[in-house]
Amino acid sequence: MKKIALIISREYLSRVKKKSFIIMTFLGPILIGGMYAIAIWLAVNADEMNQKKNVYVIDETEQFKDHFRDSKSLSFQYVNSNLDSTKKLIEGDEDSYVLYIPNLTKDLSGVQLYSTKQASISVVSYIEKEIESELKDKKLVENGISRDILKSLDMDVSLNTIRLTDKGEESGSAGASFGIGMFASVLIYLFIFLYGVQVMRGVIEEKNNRIVEVIISSVKPFQLMMGKIIGIALVGLTQFVLWVVLTTTISGIVTQKLSSKMTSTTEQTTGVAVGAGASAFDQSKQMSGNDAAQIMDAINTINFPLLIGTFIFYFLGGYLLYSALFAAIGSAVDNESETQQFMFPVTIPLIFSFVLSSSAVANNPDGPIAFWMSMIPLTSPIVMMVRIPFGVPVWQLVLSMVLLILGFMGTVWVAAKIYRTGILMYGKKVTFKELYKWLRY
Amino acid sequence: MIKIENIVKQYENHIALNDVSLTVPQGSVFGLLGPNGAGKTSLIRIVNQITAPDSGVVYFKGEKLKPEHISLIGYLPEERGLYKKMEIGEQILYLAQLKGLSKSESIKRAKYWFEKMEIESWWTKKVEELSKGMQQKVQFIATIIHEPELLILDEPFSGFDPVNADIIKNEFLELNKKGTTIIFSSHRMESVEQLCDHIALIDKSKKILEGKVVDIRNQYKNNTYRVIIRKGKSEEEIRSAEMNVISIANAEEHTQLEIKINDGKSINETLSHLISHFELISFEEIIPSIHDIFIQNVTPSN
Repeated sequence: MKKIALIISREYLSRVKKKSFIIMTFLGPILIGGMYAIAIWLAVNADEMNQKKNVYVIDETEQFKDHFRDSKSLSFQYVNSNLDSTKKLIEGDEDSYVLYIPNLTKDLSGVQLYSTKQASISVVSYIEKEIESELKDKKLVENGISRDILKSLDMDVSLNTIRLTDKGEESGSAGASFGIGMFASVLIYLFIFLYGVQVMRGVIEEKNNRIVEVIISSVKPFQLMMGKIIGIALVGLTQFVLWVVLTTTISGIVTQKLSSKMTSTTEQTTGVAVGAGASAFDQSKQMSGNDAAQIMDAINTINFPLLIGTFIFYFLGGYLLYSALFAAIGSAVDNESETQQFMFPVTIPLIFSFVLSSSAVANNPDGPIAFWMSMIPLTSPIVMMVRIPFGVPVWQLVLSMVLLILGFMGTVWVAAKIYRTGILMYGKKVTFKELYKWLRY
Repeated sequence: MIKIENIVKQYENHIALNDVSLTVPQGSVFGLLGPNGAGKTSLIRIVNQITAPDSGVVYFKGEKLKPEHISLIGYLPEERGLYKKMEIGEQILYLAQLKGLSKSESIKRAKYWFEKMEIESWWTKKVEELSKGMQQKVQFIATIIHEPELLILDEPFSGFDPVNADIIKNEFLELNKKGTTIIFSSHRMESVEQLCDHIALIDKSKKILEGKVVDIRNQYKNNTYRVIIRKGKSEEEIRSAEMNVISIANAEEHTQLEIKINDGKSINETLSHLISHFELISFEEIIPSIHDIFIQNVTPSN
């Protein structure tokens, strides 16, 4: 035990003291915080940056006058001049369009949009939608439905999901559950990949340096392997904790700095919106406020001790399982370029479960795909984390955990056998057949 | 010191050690000889408890080999190296502690050896900054810092320049004088003869012979003698002198013969026979070198 502790501390300290670790630890949150800041800044300033585009409307049908609503990036002006002279108006002006609605056909198929540059999809679809909705409204009015009724039909529905549990009714949000689950599984996925590969590199390094035989004349290969795996796990945890702390701090500062600016612009936009169609906006604003509250509600109903507990369990279990395999790969090759053929089968289940967890599993968290993938130890660390916020029966959770423990004991056992032989093998291209033989030595 | 009994080690496709038994006497310098691939390294790894034999027992000072013995053994593998990016001082301390020394004891002994090898100023250097010869010195310290009772050296001088090889060789011999038993594995015979007092020869996973160097060489004498005579006799004249002549070589001023004395004849009889025919310059018995014995016993493999 004392020797494993020595190995762990060497693996840990030699990595933590590295310049690259220190740089990444501080640069990571700055990068994340920076991206966060840019995202906020863009969101705040998008309207100012996007110059408002003018659309000159020549409406020969005279049905649409004053019915197009200005959007954040488009404003409509109605002109009475003819097409050619209006076209001259936008010559050399990239931010202006001419919308020509001829009075020719009933279905308005001859509507044209002129511009000096190809109009963007968003502009075209916005105008199309405006025309369509106006036509629809018009037809409804023609059939005796008043505009007031139409306005009252304009609504936005958000479903409140309520789970019936032993503790009574709990309102939840599929979106919030999905978000939390995905976040947890992304973290596990990243951690396994980043640090699993570090384990592999460490093993290859020891093999290349030819120090490995010196060391295993003092300690058992298994001790060396486990010491390395645990040491690197601690490095990873340290880095994650530092990142979380630093990121929250930096994001906090950034948010505070920008928030004052944000409120002022919100007021501005509100002001603009009020001018156009106040009631609709108010309604949606109310809704979005409702949404936020609902998500907060949902987050509050999530069983956090369970979530954090299982997160740590699957986090470590998944890492141990995969890093043992990565260690075995590292021991079987002479340099990193040879790792490809072995990396492939190991990373496939990892990537597979990651991809499926955001689609099939999240769509149907209790379906057969989700169930089986959360049982198989190679995929369960990632898939189960997506399922947990949606609620998982206790027996499934326990079974999955037991299987994961058995799974990582299995991979550690297999890896130890391969490792033991592999680290003493030089200059030999190893095949899968060979690895299988090593298992039986 | 070490008694190896009937060790068998088998890999999937070949037998590495086939019923090998050896005894390494306390305080000896024991040469483990054999061509590449004979099974030397397999045997050494078993003694170091890196691998386990399929059958057979190893005794260390009369006790069955067990994990506690690791701290009494120093091992310099053929494939050796150090962490490139780790400071040398730290590295030595790490390896010493893995052998079971306490931290303070490790520091004390490391300081002593750094001074002895005149490398105190390297403590905070990294291995990648050192030349190969310098690295070997560090490696040497790492091997012996825990003052092992048994040192196992696998091809210790490969990769050494002659100057450093000499320094290290003398250190080993000094340790041997203080009582350390040394097992010394090599396929290069020259270095063995002057160092070892005992040898064992392994070929194709079997032990071929074992014993004191002196005894083995005497055992391989086969009554051949080197005779040097004044030049002037023709080959036919020599051949006709009723002797078992093995070879004739002409040099500047004399001719060198190798003769074999047939059973029943004494050396004196042969000598007087020689004197009556030739002008004799010297006469000596040929004692085969370990190298010759090695070549003689090792069947060439393709």
